Amino acid sequence: MSDDQPHKRPSPDALLQEAKKEGRGRLKVFLGAAPGVGKTYEMLVQGRQRRLEGIDIVIGVVETHGRIETEMLTKGFEAIPKRRVPYRGLVLAEMDLDAILQRRPKLVLVDELAHTNVEGSRHPKRYMDVEELLDSGIDVYSTLNIQHVESLNDVVARITHIQVRETVPDSIIDRADDIELVDTTPDDLIQRLKEGKVYMADQAERAIRNYFAPGNLTALRELALRRTAQRVDQQMRDYMQTHAIEGPWEAGDRVLVCVDGGSHGSAVVRYGKRIADRMRASWTAIHVETASAQRSEKELDRVAGSLRLAQRLGGEAVTIPASDIADGIIAHAQANNFTHLVVARTQRSRWNTFLRAATAERIIRRAGDLNVHVMAEGEGRDGRPRRSEKIQTVDTGHSLDWKAYVAAFAITLASLGIALVLQRFLGIQNVALVFLTGVLATAVAYGLWPSLFACVVSMLAYNFFFLPPIFTFTIAGPENVVALFFFLVVALIASNLAARLRAQAFAARDRAKTTEDLYTFSRKLAGVITLDDLLWATAYQIASMLKLRVVLLLPEGETVAVRSGYPPEDILSEADLAAAKWCWLNNTPTGRGADTLPGAKRLFLPMRTGRGPVGVVGLDRDRPGPLLTPDQRRLFDALADQAALAIERIHLAEDVDRAKIAAETERLRGALLTSISHDLRTPLASIVGAAAGLKTWRTSLDEAAQDELIHTVQEEADRLNHFISNLLDMTRLESGAIAPKQDVVDVSDVVGSALRRAGKILAHQRVQVSLAADLPMLRLDPVLFEQVLFNLLDNAAKYAPPGSTVEVRGSRLGETVQLEVSDEGDGIPQADVERIFDKFYRVQAGDRRRVGTGLGLSICRGFVEAMGGSICAGNRSDRPGAVFTITLPVPQDSAAPEETSP
Amino acid sequence: MTAAERPTRILIVDDEPAIRRFLRTSLGAQGFTIAEAADATTALSELQRQHIDVLVLDLGLPDLDGFEVIRKLRESGSALPIIVLSSRTDEAGKVRALDMGADDYVTKPFGVDELLARLRAALRHRLQQQGERPIFRLGDLAVDLVRRVVTVKDAEVKLTPREYDLLRTLIAHAGKVLTHRFLLREVWGTETDVAYLRIYIRTLRQKIEADPNLPQMILTEQGVGYRLKTPE
Repeated sequence: MSDDQPHKRPSPDALLQEAKKEGRGRLKVFLGAAPGVGKTYEMLVQGRQRRLEGIDIVIGVVETHGRIETEMLTKGFEAIPKRRVPYRGLVLAEMDLDAILQRRPKLVLVDELAHTNVEGSRHPKRYMDVEELLDSGIDVYSTLNIQHVESLNDVVARITHIQVRETVPDSIIDRADDIELVDTTPDDLIQRLKEGKVYMADQAERAIRNYFAPGNLTALRELALRRTAQRVDQQMRDYMQTHAIEGPWEAGDRVLVCVDGGSHGSAVVRYGKRIADRMRASWTAIHVETASAQRSEKELDRVAGSLRLAQRLGGEAVTIPASDIADGIIAHAQANNFTHLVVARTQRSRWNTFLRAATAERIIRRAGDLNVHVMAEGEGRDGRPRRSEKIQTVDTGHSLDWKAYVAAFAITLASLGIALVLQRFLGIQNVALVFLTGVLATAVAYGLWPSLFACVVSMLAYNFFFLPPIFTFTIAGPENVVALFFFLVVALIASNLAARLRAQAFAARDRAKTTEDLYTFSRKLAGVITLDDLLWATAYQIASMLKLRVVLLLPEGETVAVRSGYPPEDILSEADLAAAKWCWLNNTPTGRGADTLPGAKRLFLPMRTGRGPVGVVGLDRDRPGPLLTPDQRRLFDALADQAALAIERIHLAEDVDRAKIAAETERLRGALLTSISHDLRTPLASIVGAAAGLKTWRTSLDEAAQDELIHTVQEEADRLNHFISNLLDMTRLESGAIAPKQDVVDVSDVVGSALRRAGKILAHQRVQVSLAADLPMLRLDPVLFEQVLFNLLDNAAKYAPPGSTVEVRGSRLGETVQLEVSDEGDGIPQADVERIFDKFYRVQAGDRRRVGTGLGLSICRGFVEAMGGSICAGNRSDRPGAVFTITLPVPQDSAAPEETSP
Repeated sequence: MTAAERPTRILIVDDEPAIRRFLRTSLGAQGFTIAEAADATTALSELQRQHIDVLVLDLGLPDLDGFEVIRKLRESGSALPIIVLSSRTDEAGKVRALDMGADDYVTKPFGVDELLARLRAALRHRLQQQGERPIFRLGDLAVDLVRRVVTVKDAEVKLTPREYDLLRTLIAHAGKVLTHRFLLREVWGTETDVAYLRIYIRTLRQKIEADPNLPQMILTEQGVGYRLKTPE
């Protein structure tokens, strides 16, 4: 955000903003990471509290989605009746804005801020209604999911693969007076989903299951937390600005660690972290860039290294520009509510000591409320000596750019020409300013050294051509000496200033570029949830930002292996692999341009986080010589750090998923064993028993008893056959051996044959078939489809009481055909609707254990999905009973083939 | 149903002794004479040695697979009715066996009644080849094959020539499963798109079945073909 910059003094903008808020209602937003976290619930709980406090509160609109707990909470509130709006033959209910405005409560509860109003409403969006309420002085509580925030919408879409069209602008969050984050852990949320407590409109159930994957939820939660934190920070700044309080505001301790280019940089960062840890405070490492300090590459490297170390250790790192180090640090600390400052004291050359002491002392003198910790000089040596991280970089320093000097010379010559013309034809004597202009132009265009060169050449030319005696380098008369001397002084000062301005402009531009690159990179990484995508994005971004070839290697057992790269077709030689392995094992730069194995074609650098190394990056370029400039090296380090953190994040999410899968596999294995031992043994026991009975007592049994035993044998054998068929189907599905045919099939034909096959099973129920006459031919595998219908009919037969009706309906719905199989049994308990398609899952209905295998529906789902359709379970709305709905796509060429000749 | 002079002789080829035993007992009780073979070689020599009326053939044999037996028999010009024993998920195998010249199939596990129905249909077909009955009756349906008139509940039903050809082909092989390929070749003369066949079956059912959604005459063997029910 652009207004993130800390203001030093009470800001008129902030005051204006505040003034606008006077007389407005207050807005409180309950923000959640995903549907189902309990925003509406929390809003109602707090609303009740307000009501107990005697505040006049009404419900504008609350969507309970049938959740009982939420429903209960709305009891006792006055609710403004919704407005009925006719829309395309339907009547939709919308919040009645005018009624609320007329009723003028103190506080109104408005659920789902992102809601889009039906056409013909006053405002197209509900948040606009809310703004009108606020403008008229009514306080509003509202709810919002992070996916609906405009700026995060595409990030969320990339994470969840669900594009949400309803968004609210970020400004409404920034304008909200309070934001409350309603947070639930992913595990709890998934549990709630399973319990049917999560409602999402218009989404296929499968999509919802993807949406609620643990990895997604973690990412969404992070987004919501971050957005709230950002808002809270800003709120505090706003308050301080409007009240001209220069902080610090006691909101928990915050530690600011000052880093400069000295050799103790990493020591002071570690020292600062220890202090922060002891106080359980958050901390930030800060570096101030001043215009006056010309830093060497070595110092810049040290600063960058210290800042990166801070990030690795869990702190933040910032670089700010300021004219004076002490002023900059104090101002930043106060504007951002830091309570503690950490600086280093070092013993260096006398001149240096004087300068540094001045800075440290000025910080202490001006610290005011801030606590200042000064690190003793011995601290720096406590750590073990760092391994050499040195790699060769392109030397951009003081290479002699002869073109600049040629240009400087040319500019001076031009100045000379102009001066000669001015003097000869216009008679102007004081031409020193012409030369001065030339020197300044050189300084602006080419920097300090060429301008000094121009300065000297100008002085000589001025002396030679204009100061008497002319055409000699000797100077006559003291006034000419003075003139020449002051010319030189003015030229030197002016060129120095101009050159510095130029250097600052370049530095600012570079910094802006780097910041933008980093921001782009982190945005790219934020939306990625699979490791492969992440590695690809990382390789591609680093390659395109640094114009290098990039390979990424991740650990595989003892060694590392290439996982991604850009350009993707690159392969590593044996020598390169050895270098990469060395880099991984020793956690140190290896290969081209490094101290170790410099003979390798590529340079390998470790990627690490606070927990240790996560992988290796290999860089190379077709041109010989060092790969990176020092600036690029610093940018690369920052990119690699971000990538490392992202990789670690994905690893952690994967670990969680893996543990879940392992547990699920274990559960399945248990269920399989139980199922096989039960479902195989029970019919076998009956068959063996009946057969033995027949054999032993054949003569003594009457005919009816014999019949019964024979029937038992036959029925149980059928059951056994059914179970084994299911097991076979399941095995085929799981081994991927199902390759559905794409025949053109008449649905009624398959329904007919499935019913014929199920005839015996459905002997006790009535079957009613109603298929729409316009059902198109579908492309599917008739055998698999018949099996699906058979399993559904079999399931209906098990749960529907004798004498009831089993119904098969088929209808066309747009570009799909829907086929429903419904029964008149007890229906499916709400908790089981999702799990009913799970393997070995059986609905337990009291003591009656159904003779099922727990595989039939699972096979249905597998087959239907293999044919490109979907299946879902639910309960009938017209009467008790379950309904299974298969949705199949109508193929493009579904028009019945016509024959020309009869 | 069986021929009057001598009992029909069935050769059962299956490597499972339990299957052979069960078929021998049950079919023997129905008045058939039973010969047995546990592998293809024995089966082929049995066919040489004695007259066989029907062959019941398992497709998975230890020495030669069942398809080979069908091929050898048909190549030698034999019109011997063959009924194949197959497994449930092997629709492709069924179609292949039928297209190679097998007359019908039953899916394991099966009941004797089911096999008996197939046997009768196969034997009747052989008997009928000498001359079709002039009028075919099945439920409410009556087809006068000489005058090409179709009635349902005594009301005449108009069929297109193609529909009539399809119905007549089904009637000629009543009780037997007919593959898509066979029907296309018989009715259309070429092996065009199966979709045509499905559409014609649908319209035919709409004209002759009481409830086209629950067909009682033209039955679908999913993934294999169609079978017209037999009158009895």
